[in-house]
Amino acid sequence: MNRMKSLHQEGRKEQKRYLGDDQWRKARNLRALLGVLAQTGREGVLEQRRWLRLRMDGEELTEQETALYDRQIRVWGVDAQRRLSKSHILVSGMKGTAVEFCKNIVLAGIGSLTLMDDRMVTEEALSANFLIPPDENMFSERSLAELCCDSLREFNPMVRVSVEKGDLSTFDGDFYDKFDVVVVSCCSLRTKKLINEKCRKRSKRVAFYTVDCRDSCGEIFVDLQNYTYSQKKLVDTIEQQLQYPSFEEAVAVPWRALPRKVAKLYFAMRVIERFEQTEERNPGETSVADLPSVLKLRKELCETQSLNESHIPDGLLERLLAGRREFPPVCAIIGGILGQEVIKAISGKGDPLKNFFFFDAFDGKGIIEDISNPDTGS
Amino acid sequence: MDAEQQLQAIKQAKVLMVGAGGIGCELLKTLALSSFQDIHIIDMDTIEVSNLNRQFLFRQSHVGQSKAKVARDAVLRFKPHINITAHHANVKDPEFNVDFYKQFNIVLSGLDNLDARRHVNRLCLAADIPLVESGTTGFLGQVTVHMKGKTECYECQPKPTPKTYPVCTITSTPSKDQFEGGGGGVSLPLARNFSLPLARNLLTGTISLSCLVHPCLSFSHLCTPVLGCFILFVHCIVWAKDLLFSKLFGDKDQENDLNVCSNNATSSSEHAEDVFKHILDEDIEQYGRRIYDHVFGYNIEVALANEEAWKNRNRPKPTYSSDILPDKLIQQIGNLDNGATDDPSSVSAMGSLGLKNPRDIWNLEENTRIFLEALKLFFGKREKEIGNLTFDKDDQLAVEFVTAAANIRAASFGIPLHSLFEAKGIAGNIVHAVATTNAIIAGLIVIEAIKVLLCDTNSYRMTYCLQHPSRKMLLMPVEPFEPNKSCYVCSETPLSLQVNTHRSTLRDFVEKIVKGKLRMDFPLIMHGSALLYEVGDDLEEDMAANYAANLHKVLSELPSPVTSGTVLTVEDLQQELSCNINIKHREEFDEENEPDGMLLFGWTQAPPMNMDNSLPV
Repeated sequence: MNRMKSLHQEGRKEQKRYLGDDQWRKARNLRALLGVLAQTGREGVLEQRRWLRLRMDGEELTEQETALYDRQIRVWGVDAQRRLSKSHILVSGMKGTAVEFCKNIVLAGIGSLTLMDDRMVTEEALSANFLIPPDENMFSERSLAELCCDSLREFNPMVRVSVEKGDLSTFDGDFYDKFDVVVVSCCSLRTKKLINEKCRKRSKRVAFYTVDCRDSCGEIFVDLQNYTYSQKKLVDTIEQQLQYPSFEEAVAVPWRALPRKVAKLYFAMRVIERFEQTEERNPGETSVADLPSVLKLRKELCETQSLNESHIPDGLLERLLAGRREFPPVCAIIGGILGQEVIKAISGKGDPLKNFFFFDAFDGKGIIEDISNPDTGS
Repeated sequence: MDAEQQLQAIKQAKVLMVGAGGIGCELLKTLALSSFQDIHIIDMDTIEVSNLNRQFLFRQSHVGQSKAKVARDAVLRFKPHINITAHHANVKDPEFNVDFYKQFNIVLSGLDNLDARRHVNRLCLAADIPLVESGTTGFLGQVTVHMKGKTECYECQPKPTPKTYPVCTITSTPSKDQFEGGGGGVSLPLARNFSLPLARNLLTGTISLSCLVHPCLSFSHLCTPVLGCFILFVHCIVWAKDLLFSKLFGDKDQENDLNVCSNNATSSSEHAEDVFKHILDEDIEQYGRRIYDHVFGYNIEVALANEEAWKNRNRPKPTYSSDILPDKLIQQIGNLDNGATDDPSSVSAMGSLGLKNPRDIWNLEENTRIFLEALKLFFGKREKEIGNLTFDKDDQLAVEFVTAAANIRAASFGIPLHSLFEAKGIAGNIVHAVATTNAIIAGLIVIEAIKVLLCDTNSYRMTYCLQHPSRKMLLMPVEPFEPNKSCYVCSETPLSLQVNTHRSTLRDFVEKIVKGKLRMDFPLIMHGSALLYEVGDDLEEDMAANYAANLHKVLSELPSPVTSGTVLTVEDLQQELSCNINIKHREEFDEENEPDGMLLFGWTQAPPMNMDNSLPV
């Protein structure tokens, strides 16, 4: 008897492996439906009616999913949860903020998460990373992405987490088709532009985000291309359309065309970004010693853009240059906001931010800035 | 700020965290990553499946274990060389007294209820230790800093009293009126971006608090038609849960005015007091139908008899079980012996009726079936518990019964019906919670904590995490308020009480003022050096008898008489809170407006709302 049972289980496992999770679940549902239809009598008819009603609105969440996600389904609804569970997300660059973000979306129950970061573990990489137990892995031959992957899988067994090796900027456009969302962190200005363009060229929308934290400051950039969603106003729901510029288009918007009170952090980040590009530094490879050259660059940029230099205070630039270590509270905050935004974009629920977000622990403000061409909105 | 100096301050700090739930998990992780070395954490809860979607330190295999301990072990895996001490205990336990608090540099709170928050606030004040408070609901959250003498304490702003549903009106009719008029003091900073979920939280008693409450919007803004229906349904749930459910399955001796539905005594013998009593050998279905017809039929008829009440309202429709389900129909469905399991805790009326999806809205017929079936299952499978049951959101059968009863009542009153999933959320005061908000709030707590450790007083902020930007901000810092000079908790300003000292007893004073308003758990009342009353486990027998006798006496006839001009000292030794009350005799009180028969001044009345501040953990 036991042997029969274990054979049966083996068979199911085999079936599952062969069909893949999604297919297998469908097959299982179908099998159950056949079972239900075979029932007769009044009870059977009732049961059939119930089944058909259940299946009408598409894939149903499993009992397990409903129990696990109970509290958040109460926030964003079962439709949103269903869309989340079918979404595929790529994250490149596994520093503290990206790690926080990954935790958030894995807990939220996305379909799959692909990680990219071939760097080996260093003490610095560990400082804001709670996914990697330090000692046992210090000398292992595995990359950051691989080590993070192990822990993330444990967070939520219903999410498929995997690793992709290589340099993202060299990948073909086809590669991006597999994803609904691409998040890049700690990469150069050039790479950001390049990957953003690749995402934009796909036939379906691949939402693109960049995220960076320096010292106690953080920045998020969002490109949802053309995004339509229903906005809830008290009782009515209205259709909203947003046009996003690409990263390249956004940073090309003349500074004098921007509203008067744009966050200082926006300008400061652009100066540092430009500095790293001209000096061919890796992102974040700066120190206070660079301040004189950066101040010189600020002067040049401000002159060309006719912006008063006081919009980019020395103190702020100094902090951004010096803060090599990640500041974990800021990683948590920026990773949290980014998680929320990605969940909004996938589920189509809630107003997404357009198109930059800044946080500075110094003044505690978390600000949204729309950096787009004032004429076209994008 | 100097990075080196900051790191030094962090490394030397000893931190107390209360709450290891949603905010707690995130907070412990962020503290550890930020190089904090010595952290104590208190939480009495154990892990549940519905925690796992956001309390990321916990796994399926930890369900049932102590949150504090599992959280500690999980964080030590990635930060092995720091000290984390876990206390699996109630924060209100006497071991966590002022001396315990005094060993810390700062207290960080991620609690889920008002009562514990007040307690921690009072102890922090007594120990003079700064407190960082926090809370989240869905996408909303806030962080506040409380430092004695510098910023307001957690109780400087009046806190809404928990769960004060106006049951009297719920007994008779669900009505919007009390919501439209009553909430003058309740308002939201999110006025223009006000959302329905927020309103739901507000109304189901899950929203906070001091911080979401700001004097800029009146409550009437909230009463949109959609919301109106929702509010009315909340009434139906309260009726089903607090009145019907507890009448049938709870403590029989409890006061319960379910029977008193009309002022006139038209009750025939059939509808006398014992209508809810199960007669020996009575068929359970028969019994169920009798209850059904009484509460959904007869009671409504009685209410309708009062023509005056229905002038400007829709008249409800009495519902009788035989109209919905002709006799015998349910016999063939609910077969008790057919249960797949003998475990009484897993019986389900949905299960035996074959209803599967908790998000389906049942029609009146299905609700009626569930009502009768659930009742039957309670009497058939869980008879031993009857008489001692209290509603529990994790008790499937209880939720089914309450959902069905609320829906049948809603149908009578023409209020839209709701699914079990929604009803469960309302009945169980379930807090909406997502991981991201907790992560953000935890980050903000640590930022404030570091400022406190560096004594950077001028840069303390209270921060709101908003769902919709306000002046471009999603995270909005605000300068903290000064302490409220007349706060009875953090200032020494005496309170004053108008009371009829010849009529009110010491018991009235203890229940209505000391417990009801000052929220003391273990009060001690003194008149000069004479002890009038105290609560404690270690009282001498004769003292206890003495106090018991005092409770029955009116104030002016106490051994040490309390009259106009007397100053009473009221203390709670566990909360380390003490305040003086000036007594002033007053002869008459207005029964309607001053139902307590006494009036306390210097204490701010909380908004008359049914909010209970229970933010998620």
